[in-house]
Amino acid sequence: MLNKIYDWVDERLDITPMWRDIADHEVPEHVNPAHHFSAFVYCFGGLTFFVTVIQILSGMFLTMYYVPDIKNAWESVYYLQNEVAFGVIVRGMHHWGASLVIVMMFLHTLRVFFQGAYKKPRELNWVVGVLIFFVMLGLGFTGYLLPWDMKALFATKVGIEIAASTPLIGHELKVLLAGHPDIIGAQTLTRFFAIHVFFLPAALLALMAGHFIMIRKQGISGPL
Amino acid sequence: MHRGKGMKFVGDSRIPSERKPNIPKDYSEYPGKTEAFWPNFLLKEWMVGAVFLIGYLCVTIAHPSPLERVADPTDTGYLPLPDWYFLFLYQLLKYTYASGPYNVIGGFIIPGLAFGGLMLAPFIDRGPKRRPTQRPFATGFMLLSFAAVIYLTWESADAVDWEAKEAMGAIVEEAEIDTNSDGFKIYQENGCINCHGDTLSGGAAAPSLVGTGLKPEEIAEIAKNGRGGMPAGMYKGNEEDLVKLSEFISTLEAK
Repeated sequence: MLNKIYDWVDERLDITPMWRDIADHEVPEHVNPAHHFSAFVYCFGGLTFFVTVIQILSGMFLTMYYVPDIKNAWESVYYLQNEVAFGVIVRGMHHWGASLVIVMMFLHTLRVFFQGAYKKPRELNWVVGVLIFFVMLGLGFTGYLLPWDMKALFATKVGIEIAASTPLIGHELKVLLAGHPDIIGAQTLTRFFAIHVFFLPAALLALMAGHFIMIRKQGISGPL
Repeated sequence: MHRGKGMKFVGDSRIPSERKPNIPKDYSEYPGKTEAFWPNFLLKEWMVGAVFLIGYLCVTIAHPSPLERVADPTDTGYLPLPDWYFLFLYQLLKYTYASGPYNVIGGFIIPGLAFGGLMLAPFIDRGPKRRPTQRPFATGFMLLSFAAVIYLTWESADAVDWEAKEAMGAIVEEAEIDTNSDGFKIYQENGCINCHGDTLSGGAAAPSLVGTGLKPEEIAEIAKNGRGGMPAGMYKGNEEDLVKLSEFISTLEAK
């Protein structure tokens, strides 16, 4: 049955080459922890992706309850944390996952750096990877405000003040982020929500697609 | 693969009508102990992922994510702290030559050089050698930056009084207070309100009186003789009012 459906789609869309590109490739011995245990360092990139997927899924469920306005944001998070079935676990996964993704990405970066895996011909993939790092930090920064509790508000104030001290475009940058020259309030919360949920994830997915396509094209770097 | 003249397509589409069988390649002839990604290696990754997920869930259950009280922009005494992965950047801004008039150095030049260097690493470290020992500058700079990040994060976290910080952000329990009751009037007249506040939720100098779990007699005892930072003799009214006051306070429960 499944095979027939596959064949039916394949005849019309020729999906076998796509499937080949995604799944059908060899895993060399030097990256396989089953052969050399020290190859576990190659897991960090995959684990970063794994945690990112969890972040996207848990975030999708959080937005089912979260309300991005200053009157209800904290109340909705409090409700999610204390009343919703398994809300504490979903929010917990998103909260700890944010830290975990940074840790895994940091380890992945160190692995690639110390192995010199960014050298020709993989320079572009390294640059895209560093951009992913920045997007992740941006996601962490914007997500910190959303619960609208004390540390959220005051840490964001500090962050926006730092952005405001940027040479030349400081003031514009501050207004763009905060939505107002002086107030960190309702407008800031909705902007951070939009950045956290739409802008940065879109950038992240595009960059990750580029990252993975380049890996598939070039293959993983050889042993040292 | 058939190319060019004589190709047949499905209908008027660009899909070739010739079917390719979807059989994975055989990697046994590749160098070393190469393994097929699908499904052999993916299955192992799946198992590692499952173990990782269990550990992750255990952390989540053991440490519920924190939530402080609702943001109050008027509370100027609150000490802000960014999330831990920004602490090293935050700490940098505390040093004399990286803050105030030199803010640009701590806020942009140093982080800019560090992150710019990271981004441009493949164009700076261009040699063909890959082993860390064969490229001492790249390795040295990375180890130095790594040590600096660890040091700055440590310094930043070490300077924080975590207990005081937790108390500053703790969710304050609020009770429904009948301000027309005798108890509240006595509370007001005797000046209790000056330290314990008009919502009885305490303040900088006094703890909250909401949900204390104390019996009226115990509260009367404290009102007369004080406790902790509260001196004796704060209550100056008569015994009858004291009973009313202590009963009023003992019934306060959070909403």
